[in-house]
Amino acid sequence: MSALAEIPVLSVNQLSIAVDNDGTPVPITDDVSFTIGRGEVLALVGESGSGKSVTALALMQLLGAGLRIARGEIVFETHDGFRTDVVRLGAKGKAIEALRGARMGMIFQEPMSSFSPIHTIGAQIAEVVQVHEKVGRAAARARAAELLGKVGIPDPVGALDRYPTEFSGGMRQRAMIARALICKPSLLIADEPTTALDVTIQGQILQLLRSLKREFGMSILFITHDLGIVAQMADRVAIMYSGRIVESGPVRDIFRHPVHPYTRALLDAVPRLGDIDRGRRIQPIAGAMPNIFDAPSGCRFHPRCPVRDMPRCAEKLPPRAEVEKHFVECIHGERELAK
Amino acid sequence: MSALLTVDHLSVRFPIRTGTIWSKIVGHVHAVDDVSFTIMRGETLGVVGESGSGKTSLGLAVLRGTEPSGGSVTLAIEGRSIPVTSLDKRDLRAARQHMQMIFQDPYASLNPRMTVRDILSEPLVAGAGKGSYGSRQQIDALVVDIATKCGLSRDQLNRFPHAFSGGQRQRIAIARALVLRPALVVCDEPISSLDVSIQAQILNLLAELQQTLGLTYLFIAHDLAAVAYVCNRVAVMYLGQIVEMGTTRQVYFTPKHPYTEALMSAVPEPDPDAERRPILLSGERPDPAHPPSGCRFRTRCPYATETCAALMPPLRPAGDGHLVACHYADDLKLRGALELRGGTEAAVQTNG
Amino acid sequence: MSVIDVPAATTKSRRKIRRPDLASQWQLMWWKFKRHRLALFGIVVLGLFLVMALFAEAIGIGPPGQRDTAYVAGPPMLPQLIDAEGKFHLRPFVYGVKPVRDKVSLRMTYQVDTAQIWELGLFVKGAPYRLFGVVPGDIHLFGTDKGFIHLFGTDFTGLDIYTRSVHATRASLGVAVVGVLVSFILGAAIGGAAGYFGGLLDDLVMRIIEFIRSIPTLPLWLALAALLPRDWSPLATYLAITVILSLLGWTWLARTVRSKLLATRQEDFVLAARLSGCSDTRIITRHLLPSFLSYLIVDTSVAFPEILLAETSLSFLGLGLREPVESWGVLLFAAQSIRSIDQAPWLMIPGAFVIVAVLAFNFVGDGLRDAADPYSRS
Ligand SMILES: Nc1ncnc2c1ncn2[C@@H]1O[C@H](COP(=O)(O)OP(=O)(O)OP(=O)(O)O)[C@@H](O)[C@H]1O
Ligand SMILES: Nc1ncnc2c1ncn2[C@@H]1O[C@H](COP(=O)(O)OP(=O)(O)OP(=O)(O)O)[C@@H](O)[C@H]1O
Ligand code: SF4
Ligand SMILES: [Mg+2]
Ligand SMILES: [Mg+2]
Repeated sequence: MSALAEIPVLSVNQLSIAVDNDGTPVPITDDVSFTIGRGEVLALVGESGSGKSVTALALMQLLGAGLRIARGEIVFETHDGFRTDVVRLGAKGKAIEALRGARMGMIFQEPMSSFSPIHTIGAQIAEVVQVHEKVGRAAARARAAELLGKVGIPDPVGALDRYPTEFSGGMRQRAMIARALICKPSLLIADEPTTALDVTIQGQILQLLRSLKREFGMSILFITHDLGIVAQMADRVAIMYSGRIVESGPVRDIFRHPVHPYTRALLDAVPRLGDIDRGRRIQPIAGAMPNIFDAPSGCRFHPRCPVRDMPRCAEKLPPRAEVEKHFVECIHGERELAK
Repeated sequence: MSALLTVDHLSVRFPIRTGTIWSKIVGHVHAVDDVSFTIMRGETLGVVGESGSGKTSLGLAVLRGTEPSGGSVTLAIEGRSIPVTSLDKRDLRAARQHMQMIFQDPYASLNPRMTVRDILSEPLVAGAGKGSYGSRQQIDALVVDIATKCGLSRDQLNRFPHAFSGGQRQRIAIARALVLRPALVVCDEPISSLDVSIQAQILNLLAELQQTLGLTYLFIAHDLAAVAYVCNRVAVMYLGQIVEMGTTRQVYFTPKHPYTEALMSAVPEPDPDAERRPILLSGERPDPAHPPSGCRFRTRCPYATETCAALMPPLRPAGDGHLVACHYADDLKLRGALELRGGTEAAVQTNG
Repeated sequence: MSVIDVPAATTKSRRKIRRPDLASQWQLMWWKFKRHRLALFGIVVLGLFLVMALFAEAIGIGPPGQRDTAYVAGPPMLPQLIDAEGKFHLRPFVYGVKPVRDKVSLRMTYQVDTAQIWELGLFVKGAPYRLFGVVPGDIHLFGTDKGFIHLFGTDFTGLDIYTRSVHATRASLGVAVVGVLVSFILGAAIGGAAGYFGGLLDDLVMRIIEFIRSIPTLPLWLALAALLPRDWSPLATYLAITVILSLLGWTWLARTVRSKLLATRQEDFVLAARLSGCSDTRIITRHLLPSFLSYLIVDTSVAFPEILLAETSLSFLGLGLREPVESWGVLLFAAQSIRSIDQAPWLMIPGAFVIVAVLAFNFVGDGLRDAADPYSRS
């Protein structure tokens, strides 16, 4: 990892997001903290409903109705000296709009719904440049065509005048990446950008993101639940369980020396291509992730945890242990990290 | 071992309709095109391929959930051979007790308006064999038995599906498929809509049930690692055709079709140190209504020549029961799952 | 988020603890429906209308055809509790009226005579009637022993508008109910056949529906209603109007039935039932019908106000029901002259019945629409 990665682009501190449930706020994510360094890829991993998308949306103040940031700060700073706390900017106004799309780009899981079907691809991509920079229509179109070419769309100039429905899933995903990158953002938030695609197309998109990252020198928050993609893409990993980050650290540490019982269980639960050779059996995790509205007390993983220490684990949140940027939230954390 | 299922030149075509006032058929999608294979008793055959390659259509056609447009399906049950594709409506209903299906989406495959007990007993009380399963108590005993085997408790039977999580719903769906004690179960992506931590539960449950109930699976999935984990043999589909078929080791370690190689190379291995030499296919899946001439893979194949555009390669033997449909199968040196990930030569040789 | 009420463990209420996991479709729908205050209110209002239609004779004050020559084109008489001297009366009362001739227009008008106090009573004996044509009775919901009460006033021939409005509920709701019922049967049968058999039949039905729906409704109704011979008996007209309204109303339902049928037929659970060897009949009755019945109910609740309004409009224009049949539209027909607006604006009171009924149907429809799919995962 380069020294640049030591300088954070984004530092999220104790972020809590709450949903309004008939008048009472229920936390969906709780005390989420992480940083992303320059040119670094942080993978946010977790099961469905663990709060990954909600966290990503909060970073851009795009939370839907009923959701709000209850606490915490999101400090965003770029190499040109720009620095701001996204939480204080609020969800509306010029300041946050200037940030979205220009300094932070986002790509979503569903490539179908992220483009309006009634405007051409070119118009929708060029629009982003025109909103953020003082450039004319022709220049914006030229930039759009250039980007479409970069993401590997054949005949980019012709593609400008085509409609999203004429594109296949993979092409639409590429177009979305082009739109997210056209203003050369410092941070790209990619929320499961390949989940809806076939493996062969997924391979193309991942390759594309890697090369674009190198070219633009941007940081990526990569959200996924596929540990294979994490291993391939990430510099660092944060594992989310039921709205809390339970473990985070450099990708090698996490895969080689997982400490949190959930991380370990997750790695044991995925089948691998080499399994037929090694005769390895996968180990399922018993039970299912709790509903956000009745999250367990203490460590949220304790009902499923094979090494829990009752009643301690159910009584209060386990302390956070840290050794060399490897964080764990488990009562065995300190001991295991020392090994 | 004897063959349980024999599929011979099976085809499924879906008409494409358009028209502003009267709809008319303007063409066909060849969802399944001339597919043949057999599955041995107690075996698991995996079917992998991209979205739209015809995996579901194949599974449904085997069960006659969709009507095949050609070919035959034969099931060998207790020394009798059942010609599934030529049964009339009544006999087909009766034959259904031998073959069942597990669906991909456990939210869509359970009727939300019926209790779990009603869902599980429906095949017994409303299927073709109704009346032959004894009294209400006896039927209930069968239901409780299969539910327990699938990891559901008795007091969960009175609930409605909406109160269950995805993994539990999939258990219900599995129990429903097994309550008639079928010989063949088509599993259509049974784990792909579940969370990683739940997938392992279901994979192990399926393996366990196969052991105890002597089941034969046609296991459809696009997760190659899961397929490697549960299948004895694997068929790779591309645009409605089987392009390669063999034992899991043959297909994974010594693939002979360029598409299989690309597929293997694209699977991200959960290991940050794995060496990656992905083969990136250019372009995307062609329109299945207008497949390319000759070899259907030629538009994306890195090794394609003029012959490939002119001639359709037949699925032919490549030694040891390994089948492949590529003109250059014998000449190409393709890399398998292990080599693609920096595995040792030795491992490949001992397994090849 | 889950759409079902989770048993509130924290609120120790006397309410039974809800078990959504054990709740059937109708139970869940009812829970969801109950959260709609307006819809519940609508249900109560519709219930009152139903009672009114069934027991019109007892709720009205006298026979609807009875003319009060002592009070012609008289204004509404409002029940009071406090008299002119500021004295409080436990029993509501109305003041008597005395006729006076207007010096300028020479018309008869009525003046309140505070000297006469006519007390009102609940369940008083009055004109005899036969409930449902058979059960004899003479008890009326309210009335006076002395004098008379015309709650909503009278028309130019001395007919009591309150009593007539109550009786009109019968015909107006009757047309709506019968119309919706016929539409429902036609729609379910035609839409069901189109959806189930598909192919050419489906194409044909869809084109017919599109054609019918592209015709502006009011002129079409007018044309059809104008074709009815004027000399038909009121009952025959009544039936014919109902049929006309439902002949055009079925298209909505047919469309819903067809599209829901096509959609549910594709559902995996239907395929699963077929693959477990269930017969077609079982699939239709156990899986398909229950799945879209709730949507049909929603659509039906929307069709009610449409047919109600259609009847009212036709009758108002003089092309629908006619005197002596009473419907809200017929009553409003009498209110359309300049003379009545000028001299007896209370003739328009039946319009309020129409508005209230239509609103109530719409509230209920809204509630049903929300409750129709209790399993939606949003
Ligand atoms: N607008 C909302 N209102 C109420 N609850 C919400 C809302 N959006 C999300 N949630 C809840 O917040 C939790 C986290 O959701 P989120 O979408 O972040 O999960 P995720 O980790 O992205 O899952 P997936 O892998 O399925 O995308 C879920 O329990 C979800 O039900
Ligand atoms: N009922 C249908 N009518 C028309 N075309 C269909 C129908 N079902 C499938 N097809 C088409 O047949 C082809 C094969 O579809 P199929 O669902 O079998 O693919 P699959 O391999 O199961 O894909 P996936 O991985 O997305 O489930 C596709 O091109 C699809 O569009
Ligand atoms: S036949 Fe030709 S195009 Fe097809 S896979 Fe082989 S080499 Fe490639
Ligand atoms: Mg998400
Ligand atoms: Mg499929």
